[in-house]
Amino acid sequence: MTILRLACASLRSRMFTTCLTVFSIALSVMLLVGVDRIQQGAQSGFEGTLSQTDLVVGARGGSLPLLLYSVFHLGTASNEISYDSYLHFAGHPAVQWVIPLSMGDSYHGFRVVATDNNFYEHYRYRGGHSLVFAEGAQPEGIFDAVLGNAAAAQLHLRVGQKMILSHGLEGSFLQHTADPFTVTGILAHTSTPVDRAIYITLWGDEAMHLGWESGAPPLKPIPESEIRQSDLHIKTISAFLVRTKSRMSALFLQREINTYKPEPLTAIIPAQALEDLWSVLSAADVALSLVSGAVLVVGLLAMLIALYTALNERRREIAILRALGFHIRQIFALFVLESTLISILGVVFGVAGAYLLFFVVGASVENRYGIPLTMTGLSVRVACYTIAVVVAGAVLGLIPAIRAYHNSLADGLTAQ
Amino acid sequence: MNACAAIQLENVTFGYEPRTPLLRISKLVIEAGRRVFLYGPSGCGKTTLLGLITGVLKPQEGNCIVLGKEMTKLSAPARDRHRGSEMGYIFQSFNLIPCLSVLQNVALPCRVHKLRRRRIVHSTVTQEAVHLLTRLGMEKHLDRNVSQLSTGQQQRVAIARAVIGRPNLVIADEPTSSLDSDSRQIFMDLLFEFCNETHATLVFVSHDRSLMEKFDEQIALNEVNRTRL
Repeated sequence: MTILRLACASLRSRMFTTCLTVFSIALSVMLLVGVDRIQQGAQSGFEGTLSQTDLVVGARGGSLPLLLYSVFHLGTASNEISYDSYLHFAGHPAVQWVIPLSMGDSYHGFRVVATDNNFYEHYRYRGGHSLVFAEGAQPEGIFDAVLGNAAAAQLHLRVGQKMILSHGLEGSFLQHTADPFTVTGILAHTSTPVDRAIYITLWGDEAMHLGWESGAPPLKPIPESEIRQSDLHIKTISAFLVRTKSRMSALFLQREINTYKPEPLTAIIPAQALEDLWSVLSAADVALSLVSGAVLVVGLLAMLIALYTALNERRREIAILRALGFHIRQIFALFVLESTLISILGVVFGVAGAYLLFFVVGASVENRYGIPLTMTGLSVRVACYTIAVVVAGAVLGLIPAIRAYHNSLADGLTAQ
Repeated sequence: MNACAAIQLENVTFGYEPRTPLLRISKLVIEAGRRVFLYGPSGCGKTTLLGLITGVLKPQEGNCIVLGKEMTKLSAPARDRHRGSEMGYIFQSFNLIPCLSVLQNVALPCRVHKLRRRRIVHSTVTQEAVHLLTRLGMEKHLDRNVSQLSTGQQQRVAIARAVIGRPNLVIADEPTSSLDSDSRQIFMDLLFEFCNETHATLVFVSHDRSLMEKFDEQIALNEVNRTRL
């Protein structure tokens, strides 16, 4: 007990160095906890983006690109699929519902996704949540649009306002000026890529591209008022989501789509594709963990240096303690205790700091990146880290302790 | 064995390297309650002798009985305990632990050793320490950082720490050599006053022979130590 008090007093008397070393350890622990939590959050965020969807179908290609462009709005579809194929599978007896998706346009950097009302009715995220309208309702006319929550907030668009989409993705000069869309609804917050997208109807997508078949704007654009749904013929879409009536039939249907003769298609099971994604991302996770591990080593070494350089000044103190009847092993314990206390403080402040940070920035990170930073308890990995830090601190403390032990043996009561 | 002897060394040999003994004492007895002045030129083994008495060092040969305990037969932790419980030690300078306050420094021996805690007069260790420091004129400095004290003040605090809990032996290793003559006078008076009060044996090591008349007994170590003969 006296040793513990002495260790505390000794650390307090060297407040500045103690704070610095505690800070450097806390920072690295914070990094470790942060990396772990972001990794977990990213994983649950990604997995939560899509639920109750058994298959994602697109043009023949890799499963990962298909998942990324259809669900996460990352990258572009390499190929379109014909609307006929979509209709064929939409009417398949094993299918419960389908959601068609057609991408290609953007609005101030936000993806424009053409779909139909099945999307609002059947799309599920985070284990069964369905889409809710914060304002307005799903589109009814050809030129109606629905905005994701973040998109609406950042574009300052309200229900009833009009917007002119640009052709193609990022920073296109070409604008669909002839056919402005009207915002009819704004979706509630979901923490998924849905928040950052603009949803229009397949008919609207087709309508604004009327006359654009050559890839360039038509010389005489067709004004909105002259377009009727019966004149429009949807030819292609980018992908579609499928829910089958039973999980068993999903496997058969996947096989049927992959071997569909009229058109080369790819059907993927989202969970499987996500597994592939994790194996790609785990390398980044390992790299981040290594960096935070290295920072931790630096922090612990800083502590070792601080304790070791103080040793010479403390020979006197040790001699006094010896004269007061402290056993040489108690001197040893004092030094180990000091380093252990520093690392415990570092861990406590590090974990507390990380949680404080999640608490402060958690909401905005979730809004902006769709990574939920939940305030749950320590994961097993983080618990292991913290124990490892304390043990490493104690073990490093052995070095100055052994030195102090030998000094004290040689000095006895005579150190000056 | 002399029942009244506080310290009794017989045929003691000690060297940091066993082949070159630094100390060889056939007999050295210090009676309990005496005030002994131990002197000798530097390098004659004064500090080594104190190491043997306090049990920090262990002789290669001979018997070393301190306050009724045969130090050579005790384990190292037992010797440390014996030292902490029964002996007060005053260094030449820098007697105080820098991270503790004046009061905490004085109270420390009683916090560590039950025997010393049992012998205090006041009801708590803190009260005892405050009382001692007040008598030493240090009542205004109780919670101060030890580095803010003058050397004379530090040495006075060292007396308080050496005598708290009434140890039977007080050892002072050149305690006045860093003090000016006024402080030295105050220090000597206080030290004697406290040792008389607790009937503690005082072993005072110094090369300053002007102080030696005040003591009951004077021992020249180079006469006792036979390695020099």
